[in-house]
Amino acid sequence: MWRDALLVAGKDLRVEARSRVATNQVAPYALVILLLFGFAFDSNRPLLTQAAPGLFWVAVLLCSLLAVQRSFAIEAADGARDGLRLSGLDPAGIFLGKAAAVAAVLVGLEVLLGAGVVVLYGTGLHDPLLLVATAVLATAGLGAAGTVYGIMAAGLRVRETLLPLLILPVVAPVLLAATEAWRAALGLSADNGWRWLTLLGSFAAIYVTLGVLGFGTLLEEA
Amino acid sequence: MTPDLPPVASPEAARSRGTGNFTTRILGVAAVATLAATAWLGLVVSPPDVVQGQLVRLIYVHPAVATVCYVGFGLCALASMAWLWPRTRSRRWDALAGASAEVGVVFCGLTLVTGSIWGRASWGVWWTWDARLTLTALLFAVFVGYLGLRRTGGSPEGRARRSAVAAIVCSLVVPVDHEATNWWRTLHQGNTLTKTNPSIHGWQLATMALSFLAFGLLFAWVLIHRYRLELLEDRYETEGLGLALEERRAEGAPPVAPHALTSTPLPADPLASEATAR
Repeated sequence: MWRDALLVAGKDLRVEARSRVATNQVAPYALVILLLFGFAFDSNRPLLTQAAPGLFWVAVLLCSLLAVQRSFAIEAADGARDGLRLSGLDPAGIFLGKAAAVAAVLVGLEVLLGAGVVVLYGTGLHDPLLLVATAVLATAGLGAAGTVYGIMAAGLRVRETLLPLLILPVVAPVLLAATEAWRAALGLSADNGWRWLTLLGSFAAIYVTLGVLGFGTLLEEA
Repeated sequence: MTPDLPPVASPEAARSRGTGNFTTRILGVAAVATLAATAWLGLVVSPPDVVQGQLVRLIYVHPAVATVCYVGFGLCALASMAWLWPRTRSRRWDALAGASAEVGVVFCGLTLVTGSIWGRASWGVWWTWDARLTLTALLFAVFVGYLGLRRTGGSPEGRARRSAVAAIVCSLVVPVDHEATNWWRTLHQGNTLTKTNPSIHGWQLATMALSFLAFGLLFAWVLIHRYRLELLEDRYETEGLGLALEERRAEGAPPVAPHALTSTPLPADPLASEATAR
């Protein structure tokens, strides 16, 4: 299973590296979102600094939609999904591989967005360890949940419009917990940010389990 | 003009050609009667509350509607599990899951609307970021997404499989969201709902109990009709094509002339002979 996961993740990331969609399209999109938030808040710097954690994670959610859509769009052409089905790879491995590739793309985007938030919104880093731990768990959850819904919508004609409706309400707990943890990590609240990691961890665990168990069933029907 | 339904299997269904029968008529009459009784007791007989005044009358609608909405979503998850379990797999479970989710979404919408009206009157705002409100709104969005997924077409088997997994994932969100909002609430102000909510007794309690019965009956009534409609739709999709083909073939078949019976037989329908050759 793990070997299959590595194979699939390696394949997806190689496709990304060669097509450069993530770097040439998704990354600029993420920066545009940050700039638009600046306009929306009328360049009110204190307000932007206060809202930075929430804005950061909203931007990550929007980017994760694109990453998931991209992850299954590359399987749509040339009957690649049939190839995947016939490859004999463990479905659980395929799921873990695709989720890991989505998460890896998201980590790259988060680093970029994080730098953007620090530079553009003027936030200071208070507890870097908590920032990184939150980002890792939240990204794992987003990757797993996104991949479960991605394969569910993969074979449908209306997937582009249906996917956001399916994913965004479901990942609301990630937005909530990651925002609260980051507020603490950026020194914006006196709350103990570490306790939010339990929620992020259980969310990621639930969706990884669901994906490992159910991906085979969903892949058959995609 | 209604589209022609394929011939139906059971004679009972053939008589009505609809989704109603004796049981549903009894259920419907009972639901309407109890709803009317609830309205009369709630608006006329029961006294206004000491603290909430006339506003208390919303308690005869809102909690019952919210409970029925949860029952609908719970039923959807259970039916989906029954579909996924190989031993109990049947199209009927898929139809029940779809029907209960749809009715659940309607009641969830009603919960949001009645709750919003209550909030406007007692808190002065249509919406507040209370944990329970946020949870219910998320639940609504999640199941609207589920219904969207059900409407995407494809083979009935594939649709049922996707929807069943989605229903379980959707219902898993409920406890997670609930816990999340509980933790969230501890950071913000407490819930004001339980404080202003007085303990009820007498006519108020009786009316509230009746409202649960009334909305429960309404739910069962609508659910049965929706479930049967779902099965009919299923049949229309699967059998309708075969029926249309047969009709076309009948149109294309040469008319049976009186002399044909006596003269040489006409060549057989090429499509039919092809089918038998296979």
